[in-house]
Amino acid sequence: MAEQTVNLAVGDTLPELTLPPVTRTTLALFAGASGDHNPIHIDIDFARKAGMPDVFAHGMLSMAWLGRFLTAWRPQSQLRNWSVRFLGITHLGDRMTCSGRVVELFEEGGEQRAKLEIQTSNQNGEVKIAGDAVVSLS
Amino acid sequence: MIDKKWIGYTGPEVTFDIERGRLKFFAQAIGETNPVYVDREAAQAAGYRDLPVPPTFLLAADFDSDELFSTLAKMGVPLGKILHGEQGYTYHLPVCAGETVVVQSKITDIYDKKGGALEFVVRDSTVMNAAGALAAEFRSVIVVRN
Repeated sequence: MAEQTVNLAVGDTLPELTLPPVTRTTLALFAGASGDHNPIHIDIDFARKAGMPDVFAHGMLSMAWLGRFLTAWRPQSQLRNWSVRFLGITHLGDRMTCSGRVVELFEEGGEQRAKLEIQTSNQNGEVKIAGDAVVSLS
Repeated sequence: MIDKKWIGYTGPEVTFDIERGRLKFFAQAIGETNPVYVDREAAQAAGYRDLPVPPTFLLAADFDSDELFSTLAKMGVPLGKILHGEQGYTYHLPVCAGETVVVQSKITDIYDKKGGALEFVVRDSTVMNAAGALAAEFRSVIVVRN
């Protein structure tokens, strides 16, 4: 594949992925699709009883968006491993952007690989999730 | 505080059917429109047997079986008090619609910060395919707000 041969350098950025604002519908659909039915994400009465002002997004929704972001850059078959830390709550109305950059190029397992730093941030630039991913370039 | 005796607890093997309709629903819920994830022919053209599970999907095995939440309940942790701290995946083999995988999870660490105000439960899971090969591994860190 031609795009695979494009030279990458440390510091290169990935094309960003910007998402529509988080709505209650987004959370209801994700609860059903992901199987995470924790009412704290879909039932405001439950959320308030638990001491939260409102429902809030599943961390895994944002991680799934990061998955879209990564697999839009390279096919999923080249994604070796990745992990993220959930740093802050993603709220209703937040407009999230996935971004990332190459931080290391190395050889492992008989193939060229890139290590990426990735994150999601909201419209105010607040980072909500940060992590890293290892992607094969071979 | 969570009893540290739970470190080392291994849950039952959970059987999880990878259904094409569920994968399409998941793609819709996250706004994924790449045909590889929603169109069987596109998936096959990309070298898959059927729709591949997207990178984060396999955690659904944990939720559908209620294994994660029921284990937390047994540990005395209420649902309203948990947050997701970390999540990671390592991939070995593709997993596609039509497959049945077996997922098993083990609690590998429990620790606290801020004098017990926050507790962390680390859980490592393996995903085996029908041939008995390790297809993927994932790690979840659950934070408990005390």
